[in-house]
Amino acid sequence: MKKMCVVLEDREIRDNPFTPDMFRIVRRYPLTNDVNFYQARPVDVEEALKFDYKPGQFVMMSLIGEGEAPFSLSSTPSRPGMLEFCIRNVGTLTSTLHGMKENETVGIRGPYGNGFPIDKMLGMDILIVAGGLGAAPLRSLLLYILDNRDQFGKLTYLHGARLPGEMLFREEFIQLKDREDLNCLLAVDKDDTGKWPYKVGVVTELFKDLGPVDGKNTFGVICGPPAMYRFVTPHLVKLGIPKHQILMTLERRMKCGVGKCGHCAIEYLYTCIDGPVFSYWDVLHMKEIIGRGVSDKTIA
Amino acid sequence: MMILKMKKEDLSTFLDAVKEWGELWGPTKKDGKVSFSKVDSLSQMDLKATRTIIPPKKFLYPPRFTMFDFDENGYVERTGDVPKRILFGIHPCDIHGVVIMDKLFLETYNDPYYRERREKTLLLGHSCIPDEKCMCIATDTDFIAEGFDLFFTDLKMSYLVWVGSTKGHDLIRMKPELFSRALDKSDILNYTAYRKWKNTQYKTMVDFTGMPDIFELGYSSQVWDKLGDKCLSCGQCSMVCPTCNCYNVVDDVELGSIEGTRDRFWDSCMFREYSLVAGGHNFREKRADRLRLWYTHKLQAYIGEFGKPACVGCGRCVATCPVDINVVTVADALKEQEVGK
Repeated sequence: MKKMCVVLEDREIRDNPFTPDMFRIVRRYPLTNDVNFYQARPVDVEEALKFDYKPGQFVMMSLIGEGEAPFSLSSTPSRPGMLEFCIRNVGTLTSTLHGMKENETVGIRGPYGNGFPIDKMLGMDILIVAGGLGAAPLRSLLLYILDNRDQFGKLTYLHGARLPGEMLFREEFIQLKDREDLNCLLAVDKDDTGKWPYKVGVVTELFKDLGPVDGKNTFGVICGPPAMYRFVTPHLVKLGIPKHQILMTLERRMKCGVGKCGHCAIEYLYTCIDGPVFSYWDVLHMKEIIGRGVSDKTIA
Repeated sequence: MMILKMKKEDLSTFLDAVKEWGELWGPTKKDGKVSFSKVDSLSQMDLKATRTIIPPKKFLYPPRFTMFDFDENGYVERTGDVPKRILFGIHPCDIHGVVIMDKLFLETYNDPYYRERREKTLLLGHSCIPDEKCMCIATDTDFIAEGFDLFFTDLKMSYLVWVGSTKGHDLIRMKPELFSRALDKSDILNYTAYRKWKNTQYKTMVDFTGMPDIFELGYSSQVWDKLGDKCLSCGQCSMVCPTCNCYNVVDDVELGSIEGTRDRFWDSCMFREYSLVAGGHNFREKRADRLRLWYTHKLQAYIGEFGKPACVGCGRCVATCPVDINVVTVADALKEQEVGK
């Protein structure tokens, strides 16, 4: 038989992994008081459809003169052409970013990180638990599953925020409640408006409304503030979800994104190349992942 | 590997000849301190000196350099301004350090800045005499088989020269008449005697066997808090360690413009800001946490990943730390569960 020759992808070979490409901000609006939503696409429009990534991956974003920081992607690769971010105004770089308008440019390189193990999650039930800004990377996964709905089993999305006004993508998620192919449950810690029609209480309260869960065939996915992992993980374990099917995506300081600068090191792993998605099993045997005290006391 | 023989007195001629390839650098002593300097000839070097203050990593990965020039149109990488250098007189431990750096910078993602300097720097190793702080025998880094271009073993009357790369061989070919392939029985005996003698010279004894398990057992040990109380968080250990690769990146902008440079400089996990994320959460707020990370990385994590410690036994942390925290005292403290004074 004649051997076929291998066709190489038509892609530029990148010699310097640290060079940012210029992207144009095409849309931006506030999601809450201090979190903005951004859409960006390559200045070179030809490149827009070539930028491929996995849900759960992140990019390094540069602002001229302000430096560089990692941001998770909120958009899904199933809707290519535009990258989406939700970014909280917390530091010098993000405060400059908040002052930027449409048509201004930023540098972006990536995507980096392992992303969610989509190939292993195919055909499984998915239970997503988002807290606060944790919705940013989880929205990517949620939309990806919705766009490939028949490839996955039961889909449940739990989202907790402090106040109704602080819930990211509030209207988008409220609309999802009308869909019959997923169970979308929303909660706020406190209802200062008096008009919140859904659950009032911490995100773990939503577990009461879950109904039956087939733990062995479920992937549980968590992202939120560090303290949230402590409260949510035991609930997922109790539902019978195996430890290697409980996933969390983490935040660390990063200066390179490619495993060189050392800042995101957790023992022998780097959050940027071995993560940011880790399993609960990783957390149990690497004490530093979530912080002192979590894995010390948890034996089950 | 190709091993050649050279008369002791020919070294000077050889080094004069290879300067044609690039700048010649070697260990020099000034005010009792040893460092690598640019030299004209062998006579300016001090080959008896043990360790330089800063390891040769500074040539492959300078303390501060510019990665990009930028303006509103984007980022343009700055490469190509690196001089060609020959580093003579590097000891086995430091070459082991470079081999570890190669792993960190050239595997997975290839760092073009490190690669350029690595390709333009030839490493000419030289055998050494261990002093009271050396412990390369404990880390299995007292001899070296890779990573260098040439390696000179001093056998009193002559040199045995290991040729480790094609570039090293090119240097030999600049003065082939100085080298001989004719090794005899006495060379083997002299070399064996040298190894035996070197093994008897160590004064610092440390045992890193079982370190990954001891670290795991001692994760919550109060030893870390006690060491943390002593530690000054000065970061000198990171600067002098041949296998510390961490760096920070900052943008330097000219006042009132949007032009500037993106610079990379050495960082240390001992610094408070190292693990600080936006919003003020610090994953390693306590000095004890940061100290544990440093030593976990060298003596536990790296062993778990590559089967040997990321410590090359050079003794620089022993020589440098102002409060006597180093691989020896930390390993002992963890084993004994007691911190020395």
